[in-house]
Amino acid sequence: MLASVKDDNRNAGAGVFSVLRGATGPLIGLILLCIFLSFATDKFMSARNLLNILDQITVLGIMAVGMTLVILIGGIDLAVGSVMALTMMVMGYLSSQIGLPLGAGILLALAVAAVTGAISGVLITALGVPAFIATLAMMSVARGLANMITDGQQIVGFPSWFSLLAYTRFGGFLTLTVAIMLVVFVLGWLYLRYTPGGRSLYAIGGNQEVARLAGINVSFYTIGVYVVSGLLAGLAGVVLAMRLDSVQPTAGVSYELDTIAAVVIGGTSLSGGKGGIIGTIIGVLIIGVLRNGLNLLGVSPFLQAVVIGVVIALAVAAEAVKQK
Amino acid sequence: MTAQDLTPILSLRQIRKVYGSLQVLHGIDLDVRPGEVVALLGENGAGKSTLSKIISGAVQPSGGDMTWFGAPYAPASPRAAMDAGLGMIHQELKLLPQLSIAENVFMGRYLMKGGRIDRRGMEERAHAGLQRLGLDISPRRVVEGLSTAKQQLIEIAKAMTLNARLLILDEPTAALGGEETQLLFRQIERLKADGVGIIYISHRLDEIRQVADRVVVMRDGAKVQEFDSGNVPVRTIVEAMVGRSLERMFPAIPVPQTDVMIEVRDLSSPARTFNNINFSVKRGEVFGIAGLVGAGRTELVRAIAGADPISSGEVILDGVTITPRSPRDAIRNGIVLVPEDRKLQGLVLDHSIQENIGYANLDRVARRGVVTSRQMSQFADAYIGTFGVKGRGSQNAGELSGGNQQKVVLAKWLARKPKVVVLDEPTRGIDVGARSSIYDTIMDLAREGVAVIVVSSDLEEVLGVSNRIMVMAQGKQAGILDRRDANDVSVMELATI
Repeated sequence: MLASVKDDNRNAGAGVFSVLRGATGPLIGLILLCIFLSFATDKFMSARNLLNILDQITVLGIMAVGMTLVILIGGIDLAVGSVMALTMMVMGYLSSQIGLPLGAGILLALAVAAVTGAISGVLITALGVPAFIATLAMMSVARGLANMITDGQQIVGFPSWFSLLAYTRFGGFLTLTVAIMLVVFVLGWLYLRYTPGGRSLYAIGGNQEVARLAGINVSFYTIGVYVVSGLLAGLAGVVLAMRLDSVQPTAGVSYELDTIAAVVIGGTSLSGGKGGIIGTIIGVLIIGVLRNGLNLLGVSPFLQAVVIGVVIALAVAAEAVKQK
Repeated sequence: MTAQDLTPILSLRQIRKVYGSLQVLHGIDLDVRPGEVVALLGENGAGKSTLSKIISGAVQPSGGDMTWFGAPYAPASPRAAMDAGLGMIHQELKLLPQLSIAENVFMGRYLMKGGRIDRRGMEERAHAGLQRLGLDISPRRVVEGLSTAKQQLIEIAKAMTLNARLLILDEPTAALGGEETQLLFRQIERLKADGVGIIYISHRLDEIRQVADRVVVMRDGAKVQEFDSGNVPVRTIVEAMVGRSLERMFPAIPVPQTDVMIEVRDLSSPARTFNNINFSVKRGEVFGIAGLVGAGRTELVRAIAGADPISSGEVILDGVTITPRSPRDAIRNGIVLVPEDRKLQGLVLDHSIQENIGYANLDRVARRGVVTSRQMSQFADAYIGTFGVKGRGSQNAGELSGGNQQKVVLAKWLARKPKVVVLDEPTRGIDVGARSSIYDTIMDLAREGVAVIVVSSDLEEVLGVSNRIMVMAQGKQAGILDRRDANDVSVMELATI
């Protein structure tokens, strides 16, 4: 009896550890950060503030799942910020200027986002353009297109139910935007952990040639991953539009860098093959909590940027030292 | 005055090299005198490249002495050897194509004048070096676009501006055509006249007579024979190269079945690395492919397994034309490849054994589209046990010995019950014990009716495990020998055509 209890405990421990997949360091960092902030400020550990943090990380969280897949296969997607803006503008144009129902506008805009990812993916696989360059080009193209739609103007005046989705707390705590983020987290986690496709991404990131010789369709998965990244960038754009109740072509500038930072802080290796969604969630939370905490402490935005830069450097350096 | 009368530039006495428990060089003696070309010959793995690495300072010997013009010589790095006056010309050229000839010649030691790079000085000296080799090209020209022979001569010119007294040429003619080879040989004559000593490593035995003053043959890390003239019959050299090394044990070879499992018809690659290859392998047959490095063996078997492109011809499996377009295609049809380079092509080294076995079998591990870590480890553990891999399933593949890594690669494929197994250099870098278990696996596969194709540079291995042996030379099939007619000499003669 006693032995079996012990055994269960050990399994549970191993389970938690394997779920974290090397993200224990970031998790400890996140916990320490929360402890510090709960002592340094009065407001941090309030339910309202914690829910605020969840609301604030939705856009970053959704994009970071796509970026995790991309970085896991050893790629990079610099276009996500621009694709987000393009999606928002297409959605706004189709619904406000053309007069399509908003739902249809959202679906078409998401299709555009997916197509941008497909184009990047084909450039990378069929033409051999490095991912950095292919998505850098897409970043420029998508931003340009986003500006062309309204000649740089923002679009306002969405139906009131739309922005309420970002603020109405269903069941007292869950906004639709947070729900979307949580669903994306769960789907991403299930995919990477429990499907042949998800496992194949690890193989491709580990060694593309080994994966190819093992019969994995590397081109298919590569294109697929960029499509998902584009699609999630688009979805993040829809969420941002709900939160802002407007769309503008300058939205999401440099979001790709925040997203990459969150993924990397979460322990996913830029060389591919190592990491996962749990780490990314922790990385997103670290950035969200840090921003929120620095605001509560009244730290100036300029200093905040410095602090976040230092955290990124420390997190990755700690991981690199651990590897040795 | 003959070369014999001069003090040697370089003398090696009892040079040994040991890696762990493996001795790769056994007490080598070698002298190179001014103005002579010493040909260093041997099969792949005979120890030629280790020896040249020791001379050029890239590897430190485990024992023995070297002298340079009578003084002790122990280069701690390639740089130290270069400073002493050694020029190592590698098989793969190491010039930077976008830079000019002069910049390449003075790479890493640019001439300076008043704190600035002295381009004119560099160009003048590079030009002088080129002219000494009878090459009239502007030193300002970029290297890109020059023929391989000219690039090789630039490498030599580079060594000469460093006042090299001894050159090591590693397979200098491997990528050269007949005319370019003659150009190189004329330059070698000039260098000899200047008193430069040359160690000449080559697989092309017919050149030796033309260029060498002496011939040294190595086998299994030892110097087995030395000829005081380059004029030695090729057959004599081949016999010395293959010799009779330690007897190895090979398991009994099963008798093949009568029906053909896989047939290859007129197969060619786009780059003609192999050309018009025809053969068939029966069920339960072990088909060996022998040949020198660069003969096109690897490219051929990779193409059969869908890993490299095929430009024409077909692959017929069990009577059906399947000519694979991708590894995925080949695997689905039952053809699997154990690639030449385990570390780069066979395994993801920083992933676990379980994951590595799983990656090739995800479709079989999954139940209704779901894969769990538990399923992966159960699946893998069964095969880890069957193949006697010494390691835990959760261990990273990179932590295993070469032999155990190879067993993991075999395990991941044999789990699929393939029809054709292609093994490219299956025992390279693997110790004796693990080797025999890999041979046993090959025979077990044959007994089960699998067609096995084995590529190996280890002649004794091909002879020991194959029912029939195809010999390739320069992309062409030089002949197919039955086990009864095949021996080291007959194979080497076909391979060095």
